[in-house]
Amino acid sequence: MKRNWSLYPYVIWMVLFTIVPILMVFYYSITAGEGGFNLTLSHYARVFEPLYLTVIWRSIRLALISTAVCFLMGYPVAMILANSPEKQQFSLIVLFVVPMWMNFLARTYAWMSLLETNGVVNMILGLFGIRPIAMLYTSGAVVLGMVYNYLPFMVFPIYTVLRKLDPSLVEAAEDLGANPARTFLRVIFPLSLPGVLSGITMVFMPSVTTFAISQLLGGGQFTLIGNLIEQQYLRTYDWGFGSALSIILMVIILISMGLISRSDAYGEGGGLL
Amino acid sequence: MTYETQPAAGHEMIRLVDVHKEFDGETVLDRINLSIAKNEFVTLLGPSGCGKTTTLRIIGGFETPTAGDVLFDGQRINDIPAYQRKVNTVFQRYALFPHLNVYDNIAFGLRIAKKDAKDIREKVTSALELVELRGFEKRSVSSLSGGQQQRVAIARAVVNEPKVLLLDEPLAALDLKLRKEMQLELKNMQKQLGITFVFVTHDQEEALTMSDTVVVMKEGVIHQIGSPISIYNEPRNIFVADFIGESVILPGTYLEHCLVTFAGQKFVCVDTDFAPGESVDVVIRPEDVDITEEPSEGALRLKVTSVVFKGVHYEMLADGEDGQEWMIHSTTMAPEGQIIGVSIKPDNIHLMKKSASLEGAAVQ
Repeated sequence: MKRNWSLYPYVIWMVLFTIVPILMVFYYSITAGEGGFNLTLSHYARVFEPLYLTVIWRSIRLALISTAVCFLMGYPVAMILANSPEKQQFSLIVLFVVPMWMNFLARTYAWMSLLETNGVVNMILGLFGIRPIAMLYTSGAVVLGMVYNYLPFMVFPIYTVLRKLDPSLVEAAEDLGANPARTFLRVIFPLSLPGVLSGITMVFMPSVTTFAISQLLGGGQFTLIGNLIEQQYLRTYDWGFGSALSIILMVIILISMGLISRSDAYGEGGGLL
Repeated sequence: MTYETQPAAGHEMIRLVDVHKEFDGETVLDRINLSIAKNEFVTLLGPSGCGKTTTLRIIGGFETPTAGDVLFDGQRINDIPAYQRKVNTVFQRYALFPHLNVYDNIAFGLRIAKKDAKDIREKVTSALELVELRGFEKRSVSSLSGGQQQRVAIARAVVNEPKVLLLDEPLAALDLKLRKEMQLELKNMQKQLGITFVFVTHDQEEALTMSDTVVVMKEGVIHQIGSPISIYNEPRNIFVADFIGESVILPGTYLEHCLVTFAGQKFVCVDTDFAPGESVDVVIRPEDVDITEEPSEGALRLKVTSVVFKGVHYEMLADGEDGQEWMIHSTTMAPEGQIIGVSIKPDNIHLMKKSASLEGAAVQ
């Protein structure tokens, strides 16, 4: 085989900044820290303590909820985008992308001031005589933050697939007697699955690993696996346990990606996978 | 300008009444009137952009006419959506569902119609037999060749037993040999199934081979409706004459009963419905030009300028003394540069009312 020299920088980059760190994390997760090389599984054992299992389950649950909400909101949006006239499509997409130009943290902070007890939303509700509702630091706020930040990652892959969909397939379904609802269920939706699957992947992964959103909008009451890892590295300096958690998180992501690629209907590939 | 009309056929299946269609203010169909009888094989023929596909899409329910009515079995169906019409379409690029296998593609319409499983299996099986694709049930449609995909598309449409089958250039993507085979197969299928076929093509040979009735269209206007034989032998204007087959078109003058002059000579003809002194267009098919044994025996003397061997016959181009170029199809060959005599039999001389020019040659 011919050597492709242009690949080398990428290979070096991958080894230095992805493979070596992962190996280091793995090394930390199976050694007992101070004083030489002591193999141990104690870090992994700790992960399975009820306290931490709750955190892992909460992370998966909130990520699943926000992925589901993103799907339910994102699919119709993608359809509207794909079916609107060419010229409008561009401006609608820009409308979607503009918020993403702003820093992720700034966007999330903005939600804090909207949701807090003396915040904008409660102020408006107050005008109608409604007493302030505690919205910030709830699991709802965390899900809202995830949905707000990751919705475009659901919309765009679905939009791309729908836009490429051959309109004559829709006509063929109609021709064969399918009304618009049936045409959607039997032709449009199945054919858009690759987009849906990559959308799900692209929303679920950042949602399950996030620590900023839960910290800002959850106020430390909704510790997610991301927060836990951050604490181990930056506050308690328990790198071994932090590494074990990271490896577990990687396994969770790999398993969910495996499940998703399996359900990929007819091997078209889901963009990311 | 008058428009081609046609008497109502036996049992009328589809009728288009003054159908007009505009896209963004541009007229693509101009007062189309067309009657399609039950079990008829009708071909809409014309160059691209003539409105033939739009006409088909209006019948299928994928376009709504800007004005005019579409009648189906006597009922006005302008506002009936495509999925409620008793017509099925074979699409130009087949439009098979890539996420379904051959069986599920064909069963699609039957499942939508909620037929019971046994019924579906029987019908799909006989449709597969009809298109000679038994054993392909579980194959993915993307693994099929163009010809096979085309058969699946036909099976998927006819399995629903539509009253009318619309075919939008279904053979355009096939190679010549396969196309010829499919032409005959489609024609047989139409007889066997006893359903009305509305076929769209730009290939005049295909239209002549398959149809009961050919509808020649150009720029949104129907120029002639008739049987393949009448379209070929009695074209109504220069456009039809030029589009269907090869022909030499010459200016002429009708002299008196059955006598016409063109190319500087008088000829006996069989047309009678012209006024003495009227200017006419004369259509001569290349195979109707007979080369005489001696140049002096011919009505006209031509000088051969090129000879091409075409298999069954030679195709020769020859110039008349007036500079008019003639095309001759003949089994006897005259070498380049030779002076030949030609004669034309009276019933091979076809006269048409004079049209201003080839462009915009609607029926005057």
